[in-house]
Amino acid sequence: MSDVYIVGIDMIKFMKAGTGPAVEALGAQAALMALDDCGLTIQDMEALYCGNLGQAGGMVGQRVLHQIGQTGIPVVNCANACATGATAFREGWMAIKAGVYDTVLAVGVEKMGGGLLGGGGGGGGIPKEGLLGSMTMPAVFAEAGQEHARNYGTTFEQFAKVSVKNHHHSTLNPKAMYQIETPLETVMGSEMIAYPNTKLMCSVNVDGSAAAVIMSEKKVKELGLRGRAVRVKASVLTSDPWQERDLVMPDVNTCTRQAAKKAYEMAGCSAKDINLVELHDCFATAELLHYENLGLCGDGEAGHMIDSGATALGGKVPVNVSGGLLSKGHPLGATGIANLYEISTHLRGEAGKRQVPNARLGMTHVIGLGSACAIHILEKVA
Amino acid sequence: MSKPLPAVDFLKIPESGEPYLEGHKCGGCGAVYLGVRAVCSKCGARGKIAPVKLSNQGNLYVYSIVCRSFPGIQVPYVSAIVDLEGGGTVKGNLIGVDPDPAKIKMGMPVRVVYKDALGRKDKEGNSYLSYFFEPR
Repeated sequence: MSDVYIVGIDMIKFMKAGTGPAVEALGAQAALMALDDCGLTIQDMEALYCGNLGQAGGMVGQRVLHQIGQTGIPVVNCANACATGATAFREGWMAIKAGVYDTVLAVGVEKMGGGLLGGGGGGGGIPKEGLLGSMTMPAVFAEAGQEHARNYGTTFEQFAKVSVKNHHHSTLNPKAMYQIETPLETVMGSEMIAYPNTKLMCSVNVDGSAAAVIMSEKKVKELGLRGRAVRVKASVLTSDPWQERDLVMPDVNTCTRQAAKKAYEMAGCSAKDINLVELHDCFATAELLHYENLGLCGDGEAGHMIDSGATALGGKVPVNVSGGLLSKGHPLGATGIANLYEISTHLRGEAGKRQVPNARLGMTHVIGLGSACAIHILEKVA
Repeated sequence: MSKPLPAVDFLKIPESGEPYLEGHKCGGCGAVYLGVRAVCSKCGARGKIAPVKLSNQGNLYVYSIVCRSFPGIQVPYVSAIVDLEGGGTVKGNLIGVDPDPAKIKMGMPVRVVYKDALGRKDKEGNSYLSYFFEPR
């Protein structure tokens, strides 16, 4: 089967939750930017894959086309928790891989509310939050991090260093929500939300959108778009295999490990070949787990890895150079494609001050709690 | 005054005797679930799930100290995940210990205790019985 390429990709600057325009206008912005990035128009697109979570029943993809061109193409609306954008992209990749289309558009878009995500519980009777523990996202991911602390002695300070690093990276990314340095004492001293996650260790709710134009090898050659094209070397999606604590403790590790293994096989490479990673740092605790899940270091070595600076810009394998979900922001349905934008930008050598030198292979990773894991490996072409 | 209702379906309040947590165990592979079900999601076996009484003894697996929650929810509290002896993992509040990481040891032995659900009542004014963990 022939290769599949990203030829156009872009994201808007993420903005404070609730301040963006209507979801279809927000999605339209990124869609037009991605089209402009490769010099194509909506008339060139054969299908649209649209990721959005908040209005999953609201035909958001079609509403985006109502803004930018009702060409009558098939539209698939995807929802897969925080893996929504990556899932939409992957559906487009798969359609091209299967030979059904040569050129498709993938859009991820989200308008967010403020405050804590998760919890609720639903059902009848009485509220369960704070009675039967916590199902808020900060607490769920705090508990996931505490499992690492239990097994390997990982400290609050090591988790906090993730946030210091990613906030620093975002000072170099004009499209990030925040460009503010947060020293260790600031991160550790900010309001405790759910130990060990402080407020500055929680991802930022933002409005945002990102979009990609995906193309077959044949079409890339025909249109002469190879110059800035990025090859999709691997696209993998997994769900959560059964685990004994599933019912009360969502497992973000096993689905990531299984996806990573498949992705490396598909790309014909190993973790040591990867030059940079955008991974799902929805909370600072999560990032360290994924160093090991993605094979960037051995089991139990993630604490040392953050201490060593290996995952900071300039280190062996920079992680979340965009600022990550912690500082760039996390518009749920857009995040997966925004990650692909960041990696593509480095592979194209267009990342400016935050450019990872000589980047040839990059990886994106998202987790949708519930659970879904999507991993992509991208390769520099020209 | 009417008897309290169980806060969750898997908390059983017998006519006589002490309340307990009920699991559902797969006769095919031994997986333990909370709540009634027909098919095992570990091995796929159908019709082999039977109720079992879960132990009131267990060990703290992990926890988080929750300092911010939704409006009206009193903080701080300790959200705890406990592995029960003989199978079953349950989430709940850990009580009887300071909400301080220095005071809480992962792996420490805990027991399940049954108390009023923090005064929470439903729209009809019914009281509820819930479960909590405390160090043993």
